[in-house]
Amino acid sequence: MKKPKVGFFEFTCCEGCQLTVLSLGDKLLDLFESVDIVNFREASSYKGQDYEIAFIEGSISTSKDIERIKEIRARAKICVALGACAHLGGVNAIRNFQRQSDVRWRTYGDKAWLFDSILAQPIDAVIKVDHVIPECPIDKKEFLRATASILLGKKPFIPDYPVCVDCKMKANVCLFHKPNPIACMGPVTRAGCGAVCPSVGNACEGCRGLIPDPNLSAWEEVLKEHGLSIEDILKFYHMYNGLMGVRR
Amino acid sequence: MSGKDIRVDVHHIARVEGHGNIVVDVKRGELKEVKLEIVESPRFFEAMLVGRRYPEAVHITSRICGICSVSHANASIKAIEDALGIKPTWQTEVLRKILMAAEIMDSHALHCFFLAAPDFVGAPSVIPLASTSPEVVKTAIRWKKLAHDICDTIVGRHTQPISMVVDGFTNRVTEDQMRELRSKIKEVLENDVPKTLEFFSKLKIPAFERKTDNVCLTQPGEYAFYDGAIKSSKTGEYKHRDYKLKIAEQVVSHSTAKQAFGPVKPYMVGALSRFNNNFDQLMPKAKEVAEKLGLEAPSHNPYQITNAQIVETVHCMEFMMKLFDELLSRGIKDEREERPPIAGWTTKLPPINKSWGVGVVEAPRGLLVHEYKFNNDGMIESANCIIPTAQNLANIEADMRKLVPGILDRPKEEITLLLEMLVRAYDPCISCSTHMLKVDFIE
Ligand code: SF4
Ligand code: SF4
Ligand code: SF4
Repeated sequence: MKKPKVGFFEFTCCEGCQLTVLSLGDKLLDLFESVDIVNFREASSYKGQDYEIAFIEGSISTSKDIERIKEIRARAKICVALGACAHLGGVNAIRNFQRQSDVRWRTYGDKAWLFDSILAQPIDAVIKVDHVIPECPIDKKEFLRATASILLGKKPFIPDYPVCVDCKMKANVCLFHKPNPIACMGPVTRAGCGAVCPSVGNACEGCRGLIPDPNLSAWEEVLKEHGLSIEDILKFYHMYNGLMGVRR
Repeated sequence: MSGKDIRVDVHHIARVEGHGNIVVDVKRGELKEVKLEIVESPRFFEAMLVGRRYPEAVHITSRICGICSVSHANASIKAIEDALGIKPTWQTEVLRKILMAAEIMDSHALHCFFLAAPDFVGAPSVIPLASTSPEVVKTAIRWKKLAHDICDTIVGRHTQPISMVVDGFTNRVTEDQMRELRSKIKEVLENDVPKTLEFFSKLKIPAFERKTDNVCLTQPGEYAFYDGAIKSSKTGEYKHRDYKLKIAEQVVSHSTAKQAFGPVKPYMVGALSRFNNNFDQLMPKAKEVAEKLGLEAPSHNPYQITNAQIVETVHCMEFMMKLFDELLSRGIKDEREERPPIAGWTTKLPPINKSWGVGVVEAPRGLLVHEYKFNNDGMIESANCIIPTAQNLANIEADMRKLVPGILDRPKEEITLLLEMLVRAYDPCISCSTHMLKVDFIE
């Protein structure tokens, strides 16, 4: 059987999702065997242009990015968003809620005008995305499962229920109920990570995106009861889900 | 060949976050221009932090770089603790040191095996290497897996650590977990190191020397990664809050990475600087490895950085075993009740004492500085992050200026390869060191 040709591409991001692929351990060798990787900057100096499946990491944040991702879309049969930056805009979109002239000035001073930059966007703002592998960074097991589904021509399964369900199954004490409470986005966030953050005692920050029809007002009420202000709540959304209003 | 015009455009890398190009311009045998261009999308992390509650900085800044997210988290935590006036517990600091060592091991393994090794055996990447030299790839995978197991156990996840927060950890590791990790390290150290040495000792290191200023952290008692004073081999030591006396920053138009360099001259950060400045504090096996690789301190050959990384990787394994032993002999405590850790979304935040704080650590690629200023409500007012690769840019350019005139009579391919290998040796972030280079010679 001919191996499907696969490319990995990165836009604005930390490249942690591609690194997660490189950290698959023995499974990495299986991946090398089952697909023909023609483009993977993190691992190879070879750059092929004939790929069927494109895994795309990172957000769109310059006008050049728009051209480049459209070219990738034109070549690939299947485009997969890899990680929160590609899926939701990720942490890159935090700056969308600040004044852009301030943002540029604070980083580059009077040279700010030299650099091409637009508001950070998820990739589906520019191209049609066939599948999403969420999270920041992607989960190794989910990546392997989802890739297997895609290779079989199926849609990967991504749960629609909230992180709290996974968290309860792990019998964690809820972070809101600890002696020093930590606010948590689990009630409105899509599960599938095994509630990895609350399971080690830290907040779910919503990196897998919101569930369909989340009860946001009930969740916001809980945060207010814990003393968070409206501004704080907005900042919480802005970590990963600042663009949800635009997306829904 | 001298007297001719050469223009080398190497479409390369040089990340602070991403790609870069090498441009070398020679007119009638005379070097006109040397540039390392960064052409990556600007990230604006410093601006993103403005107006956020102080502990949020940790998880935001760790997303600057997926390879060294633990280092960013530690630099961020230390800057905040500096402003809070907190000294974390002994156990917290030991666990942080283990995390730093694991991250350095992971990052160095990636560079030495996945990026440098294919070069040395003439393969375009690690992918064909998996079938031609499977042992090398499998060793790399084992080393990386070990580093990941350590971080996964201690902080829930390696890339983008979860539970390391201001003044402690939101989870607790058990003694059984520690013992298991320790025995895994021991196994790798005993089985893999000799084979690895055999492979890397065969590498041909190009002959080139330029004496530069080696800058890194230093501290009494141990080879510094997590803490210490900033030491320059030329100008002496600086306290962390005085980092600006050594490191100034400027924006250069050909880079979206801001170049950082000392007020006087370019300097080098990273494995070779640490090796040169702190050689005496390396663990015993690491010193042996250095000897076998023919690496002596001080070395002024930047192509030796890969070897210095191998030495450090072995050091990290030995050092982690030592720290695990110390933890186990004291017994691991649950300190969360006595010292509640301050997580990004802890609802009640302690007030900030000082209006600013600085955190400095050794990331895999060198000195990493985070500095934050806070307002009275504990919100971040401004931030500055100085990344290792940005500090090395000026030094790499200085190396190229010395290197190029001496090799002008060689074939173009060789000039390009030597320049490319030089930039790669600095390991300017994995993504930077791999992709194909477009070379234009104008004759
Ligand atoms: S989703 Fe997270 S880990 Fe992946 S590239 Fe973006 S910031 Fe990095
Ligand atoms: S800790 Fe978070 S995810 Fe877990 S039950 Fe509480 S709110 Fe839900
Ligand atoms: S718990 Fe929340 S923040 Fe953590 S990985 Fe899962 S979805 Fe992302």
